[in-house]
Amino acid sequence: MRTEFRLSGSGGQGLLLAGIVLAEAAIIEDKNAVQTQSYGPEARGGASKAEVVISDTDIDYPKATDPDFLLALTAEAYKSYGPCMGKGLIIVDSSVPLSDDIKARTVSVPILKTASDDLGKKVVANIVALGVLGGISGVVSLPTMELAVKNRVPKGTEDLNLSALRKGFELAKSAKI
Amino acid sequence: MSDSLSYFRQNRLPHIWCPGCGHGTVTGSLVRAIARLGLDKNKVIVVSGIGCSSRAPGYLDFDTLHTAHGRALAFATGIKLSRPDLKVIVMTGDGDCTAIGGNHFIHAARRNIDITTIVMNNNIYGMTSGQYSPMTPKGMLGTTAPYGTVERSFDLANLAIAAGATYVARGTAYHAPLLIDVMEKALLNKGFSVVEAITQCPTYMGRKNKLGTAVEMLNWFKERAVNVKAAAAMSPDKLEGKFTIGELYNKSEPEFTAEYSALVEQVRRKFDTFQGGVRECAQNSD
Amino acid sequence: MPNAKLMQGNEACTLGALAAGLDFYAGYPITPSTEIAELCAEELPKIGGKFIQMEDEIGSIAAIIGASLTGRKTMTATSGPGFSLMQENIGYAGITEVPIVIINVQRVGPSTGQPTSLAQGDVMQARWGTHGDHPVVVLAPGNVKECFELTVKAFNIAEDLRVPVIVLTDEVIGHMREKVVLPEPGSLKISKRKAPTNPAGYKPYEADLDGGVPLMAAFGQGYRYHVTGLFHDETGFPSNKSDVTDRMLRRLMRKVEKAEPQMRDYFEESAHDCEILVVAFGSSAMSSLSAVRQARAQGIKAGLFRPKTIWPFPEETLRAYAAKAKRVIVPEMNLGQIALEVERVIRNGAPVERLGKVNGELFKPEEILSVIMGGKQ
Repeated sequence: MRTEFRLSGSGGQGLLLAGIVLAEAAIIEDKNAVQTQSYGPEARGGASKAEVVISDTDIDYPKATDPDFLLALTAEAYKSYGPCMGKGLIIVDSSVPLSDDIKARTVSVPILKTASDDLGKKVVANIVALGVLGGISGVVSLPTMELAVKNRVPKGTEDLNLSALRKGFELAKSAKI
Repeated sequence: MSDSLSYFRQNRLPHIWCPGCGHGTVTGSLVRAIARLGLDKNKVIVVSGIGCSSRAPGYLDFDTLHTAHGRALAFATGIKLSRPDLKVIVMTGDGDCTAIGGNHFIHAARRNIDITTIVMNNNIYGMTSGQYSPMTPKGMLGTTAPYGTVERSFDLANLAIAAGATYVARGTAYHAPLLIDVMEKALLNKGFSVVEAITQCPTYMGRKNKLGTAVEMLNWFKERAVNVKAAAAMSPDKLEGKFTIGELYNKSEPEFTAEYSALVEQVRRKFDTFQGGVRECAQNSD
Repeated sequence: MPNAKLMQGNEACTLGALAAGLDFYAGYPITPSTEIAELCAEELPKIGGKFIQMEDEIGSIAAIIGASLTGRKTMTATSGPGFSLMQENIGYAGITEVPIVIINVQRVGPSTGQPTSLAQGDVMQARWGTHGDHPVVVLAPGNVKECFELTVKAFNIAEDLRVPVIVLTDEVIGHMREKVVLPEPGSLKISKRKAPTNPAGYKPYEADLDGGVPLMAAFGQGYRYHVTGLFHDETGFPSNKSDVTDRMLRRLMRKVEKAEPQMRDYFEESAHDCEILVVAFGSSAMSSLSAVRQARAQGIKAGLFRPKTIWPFPEETLRAYAAKAKRVIVPEMNLGQIALEVERVIRNGAPVERLGKVNGELFKPEEILSVIMGGKQ
C-alpha cells in the first residue's frame, strides 16, 4: 500500500526535517520511503513543501499524486494545497481560518500553540506536527517514531523533541476526524 | 650548482620563438636559477597556458603541462595541492596571465599557494600576431589598436602585491643576471611568487610601434629601468618615464597547501564514522 | 534491513565517489549540486584527501585535471551554467587523456534559468558541449541508489579508458531522499589506471591505434613527460602532421566506441513484448515507469526502456526492444534531445512521439499515461 504525505508551511518551520524523520521511521519498519521537496530561493520565510511517500512495495514515482494527508501550518499553505486535495485528509493548524471553498475532509489541530505554550519552544512545532501525522495516519508506530527522532535531532535536545512527538500523538488521539 | 643545459630537453630545440625574441633569455634565466639551487628535475613541474611564453615548458626536462589559455595557475593549483612536496612553476605571458587568466592570478595570490609564476611580459599578444593586451601601455599600437590603445594598463607587480603574493620582483631580458637572482629568490619563497620579466617582441610590438630592432628594444629597457634600491633615493621627476626593477616585495606569510595539510591532520579520522546526514537539524537546537 | 539509509541523490553520488577512491575534489558552489561539494569538504580531509573551492568552474575542472595528473582520483560537481564554463577543459581532458569525473545536476536553462527546478536540457551539451570531435562518456542515474552505483562506474570508466566521464543527474534525483542499501565496501569492482613501470623509453601516448589506452605515469615520479592540448604524437610533443592528427583523433574516438558493449547499461520493464515502448532516462523515467505499470494494469502492452549509459547511446539494445513496438514515446524534461537519438536509432521502425516538458515540474504519471492510452499529446 502506498501512503502519500504533503507537509506544507513556511520556510524555517522545519518541515523538511519532519518529512525526513517520517521517511526514516518508515525505513526502520522495513518499508520503502521517498522524500522530496520543492523550494524557492528563500532559506527562511516563503512557501515550503516536503513530500513523503511510504509503501510496502517498490516506489516508482517519488512525488505525491493524490495525498492521503496534507499538513498545512500556515494559511498560505492551506490555500495553496487545500483546493487540490481529493480523497485525503487535511490537517491544518488551528490558527488558520478554514475556507468553505476547500472541500476535502479537514481536521484543525493546535500544533503551533502546543509547541509554544505547552512545550515553551516554537521551534519544535515540526516535531509536534510529525507526532500528529504519525498518530492520525498510523503508518508507523510511536516507538519507531521515537527512535527516528532520536537519530536525527541534535544531542541535548532529545527529551524536548520526544515530548513534542508524544504531544503530537496525543493531539492525534483527541482530534475529531 | 648543476649544469643548466642538463635541464633542457635538448632534442626539442631549436625553439619556435622569433629571432630577437626575449623569451629564450627569460627561459634561460629560469633554468640557471634552477641550476643554482640544484633542484631535482624529477620533483619540478612546469605548467603553462597558451601563447608564445607558454611554449617554454616543452623545452624543459621536467614533467611539463601545456594547458588551456589563461588556466595554467588553476591546473598548477590542483598539482600543488595534490603534491605539496613538488616544486611547481608557472610560465605565462601578459595576455595569458592578466587578461583571460586574471581571475586565477589574483586568487592564487590570495591563497599564497607555493607556486612560482614567471610572467613574460612583452606587452602584446604575439602568438595571434600583435593584438594589444592589458599590459600594452596606453597609446601604443596593436593590430586591434590601430589608432593606439585608449585602455589603461595593469601594474602587474602592485596587482600581485595587493592580491596577496608574498614575493614580487621585476626584471627585463636585458638584465639577465638580475632575473636569475630574483628567480632564485622567488623559487625559495614558500608562497605565491611573481617575477615579471619584461621581454622584447621585435616582430609585433617592435615593428608595429617602430621601436627598432631587438637590440634597440633591449637598449630601451636598459635606459629606462631603475633598480628599486636606486629609485628609493631618486626624486619623482627623475623617475618620470622610468620603471623599477629588482625585488619589489618579500614577506613571509602562511602558505595555503601547508595550512591545508595541517587541517587534514587535525580532522583526519576514519571514513567509516561517517553517517549520511542532513544539515537542517540545527533549527531544533534552538 | 540494518544497512538501509535514507539518502539524498547528491549524497549518494558523493559516497559513490568516495567508495571509488575519490581523493581530490575541486568545485564552485552552484544549486542544485552544492551538497556534493559540502560533503566532500567535510569528508575528504578525514581520509587524507584534498578539497578546494576554486574561484570558478573553469578553475575547478582545471584543478582536478592537474591533480589527476599526479595520480589522484578526482571529481567536480556542478549544474548547467557551471557545466557550460567547464566545456573547454572537458575537451582538454579528452585530448590529453586525463581521467576525471564531472557530476552535472541539471536545472532549468538556458542562462541562470531556474536554479531550484528540474530540467534535463543538458543531454546534448554533455555530449557535444566542447568543440571538435572528442571522447566522452555520460551516465544517467534513474534513482538515488544508481547515483551511488553509476558514480562508482564513472570512476572505473574514467580510469580504464582515460576519458572524462559525466554523471548526468537532475534536481529531483539530486535532492530526493530514498532508501538505499549500500554495497559492502569490499564488494565493489574498483579500477585504477594502468601505469608504466620504467621511465626509460616511456612514450606517454603510445597505444594500439584500434582504441588502445596508453599507460599513464603520474607527475613527480621521474617520467618527465610533456602533456599538451595540442595534437601530439606518441611522445606527447606537439605535431602538425596531418597523419598524426588523424590517427590520434580516430584512436581517441575508437576507445569509447570499442568499450561500448562492456559499458552499456540500461533498465527495462515489460519492454520485451511491448507494443508501446516508452524511452526515458533520469527522473522522467520514474514517471514513465509508473505510467507503464498503470497501462499494463489496464491490459495495454506498454514497456519502458531506460538507458543508464546515455553516451554512447545503447543503440543496439534499443533497436531490439523497439523492433515489435507500434509506437515509441519519449518523455523528457526538454523539447527533444534524447528523442533525436531515439529517432536516429529506430529510423526505419515505429514513429517516435516526442513528449517534452519544460515548466520545471516533474512529469505526473498520468501525463504520460494519457499519451500511452490516447495517442497524441
